[in-house]
Amino acid sequence: MSAEVFSVFYQFADVFAFLILSAAGLAIVFGMMGVINMAHGEFIMCGAYVTVGLVNLGVPLPIAQIAAAITAGLIGVVVEYLIVRRFYKRPLDSLLATWGLSLIVTQSMLLIVGSSVRGIGTPEGSFAIGAYTFSSYRLVLFAAAVAVLVGLYIVFMKTRFGVIARATMQNAAMARALGARTGRIYAISFGIGAGLAGLCGALYAPTMTLIPTMGATFVVESFVTVVIGGANVLLGTAPAALLLAAIRMTLNASYGQIIGQIGMLVAVILIIRVLPEGLSSVLVRRGR
Amino acid sequence: MQTRHLLRTALLGFALGAAAPFAALAADPPLKVGLLEDISGDLAFMGMPKLHGSQLAVEEINKSGGIMGRQIELIHLDPQGDNARYQEFARRLLNRDKVDVLIGGITSASREAVRPIVDRTTTPYFYTNQYEGGVCDASMISMGAVPEQQFSTLIPWMVEKFGKKVYVIAADYNFGQISAEWNRKLMKDLGGEVVGEEFIPLGVSQFAQTIQNIQKAKPDWLLTINVGAAQDSFFEQAAAANLNLPMGSSIKVMLGFEHKRFKPPALNNMHATANWFEEIDTPEAEAFKKRWKAKFPDEMYINDMGYNAYNTLYMYKTLVEKAKSTKLEDLRKVIATGDACIDAPEGKVCIDPKSQHTSHRMRLISVGPKHEVKVEKDYGTIQPYWLGEIGCDLTKKNDKDQYTPSHLPKKS
Repeated sequence: MSAEVFSVFYQFADVFAFLILSAAGLAIVFGMMGVINMAHGEFIMCGAYVTVGLVNLGVPLPIAQIAAAITAGLIGVVVEYLIVRRFYKRPLDSLLATWGLSLIVTQSMLLIVGSSVRGIGTPEGSFAIGAYTFSSYRLVLFAAAVAVLVGLYIVFMKTRFGVIARATMQNAAMARALGARTGRIYAISFGIGAGLAGLCGALYAPTMTLIPTMGATFVVESFVTVVIGGANVLLGTAPAALLLAAIRMTLNASYGQIIGQIGMLVAVILIIRVLPEGLSSVLVRRGR
Repeated sequence: MQTRHLLRTALLGFALGAAAPFAALAADPPLKVGLLEDISGDLAFMGMPKLHGSQLAVEEINKSGGIMGRQIELIHLDPQGDNARYQEFARRLLNRDKVDVLIGGITSASREAVRPIVDRTTTPYFYTNQYEGGVCDASMISMGAVPEQQFSTLIPWMVEKFGKKVYVIAADYNFGQISAEWNRKLMKDLGGEVVGEEFIPLGVSQFAQTIQNIQKAKPDWLLTINVGAAQDSFFEQAAAANLNLPMGSSIKVMLGFEHKRFKPPALNNMHATANWFEEIDTPEAEAFKKRWKAKFPDEMYINDMGYNAYNTLYMYKTLVEKAKSTKLEDLRKVIATGDACIDAPEGKVCIDPKSQHTSHRMRLISVGPKHEVKVEKDYGTIQPYWLGEIGCDLTKKNDKDQYTPSHLPKKS
């Protein structure tokens, strides 16, 4: 019996971690900043490739993962400065620009690194409860997802940077008038978003096949989570991931992966129909 | 926030797909061979060896005087794993470039997308992969292995060695569905039991729930006919969760070289029946591998698709030279004699006149904990007999249909 209960928790935690980790970066870039970042998957891919590259050079996995997230973040800052910065008032064009970037990056990776890279293997460790065996690393992923949420809360709610960042996203002109260096705020925020995407890739790299288009497996989930979450990262993305994880996990367990995926997307359609501004519109209003 | 608007725009972005890049076209001369293989997109890692195999064969044939003295001009287009683009490029090769022969396609979905277009022309089409079998179509010649060569060997062996209970994870499209049907039929004949079947949408990469469903069903072994890089993540995740079950497949190891792409022991205890795998060490195979590696030193693995693609050009050469013509009807006259054979690196392979599928020397291989590949059993040459048995006879009638154990030709 306890095996069944734990198994339900484990499966829920697994889907939740996947949704949070793949959506966290996008929640900042798309949810807060309003940039439709079609290259989100490529930042994830970047994190994964850097991790595997470093591990192959002999760097321990956790350090490689942190380095990969930082690398993706720095690339994010550069991309913001060179490309995204020019499109804040033109969201449609930002879609095209980042999409173009995504195509260039995947094709370049294919040409430079090749069509597939050998995996590094998931860190050892599994445990058994009843008839089931579980991978310990999956719990690490869940812990990382919770840590990301806590980290985002602290950064955006408890720090000076967070206050200025939220002010900038809400009204850039006013923030600038009050002395905030909005250009820098945008760059750092985009960098954090890209870094979180890189972290997602870094964390999932040991468990997946590495190919240049691997980011695509995360992109749909990340966009739907952010979209039904709405503009508020903490009050939107987290409840959205909770809700979607519950729906998907239940359907996966009872009817298999196809129904799980269909069910999740149907839920997304219904939620957007009823709450076009996303879950956070309700939660934030309640909070006031 | 204008989330709603942004969402619409974002979805529009997905819907648009990618715009098609156009490959350069050469001038008109010799024999034109049209090749459709993915070298970008999700299946690029499998498609790349197919392009390389074709290029190697073309180079060798051209160096030794071409086909009936005519040089081969290879026109390769990259459909990037998109079935719509397969159709567009097939039309372009057939109607505009007027190729003498069309070769290629990776997934069964892409083959079925292209086949009706080929059927409207008089151009021969070679499909070079192993697949779920059953296509009875005069325009198509299949060069890969089919279920009577792969499943009718593998599944009885797995049942005998590991037990009668199997769990199936299959990709959710025609290949996975029909392969699963073959498994059901064979397991029934063997008195075995399919304790679970799970069809996975392409692109899904997370398998924690699947792994638990498997443990709940308690099978003796797994049939893994999952497809593509994302779905292959199953092996890594199953190994991490210590699932530790024997596995069998018609596409793993020799086709997707998972044992090279994953860190050991993720593929430990995998079994497959194959007409080619890079570890074959006969003198003919060694010589072939040496030629390949000389031209493509960075190839991670020479997979069976790439090998079949190589053979295809030699088969085409043999057919054309025997027929002294490039016309489909003349090539089919040669096939009808039952004498359409080539000496391939695996041994002699011939096209069966009734089904236009190819005989193969089949071996059952297993993967060890260090990902070493061992031959468990050598079945010798197996004919592609199933279509002929159920009544497909292309020398008499062109059905243009794909049969499965539950979709058999009408008795006439």
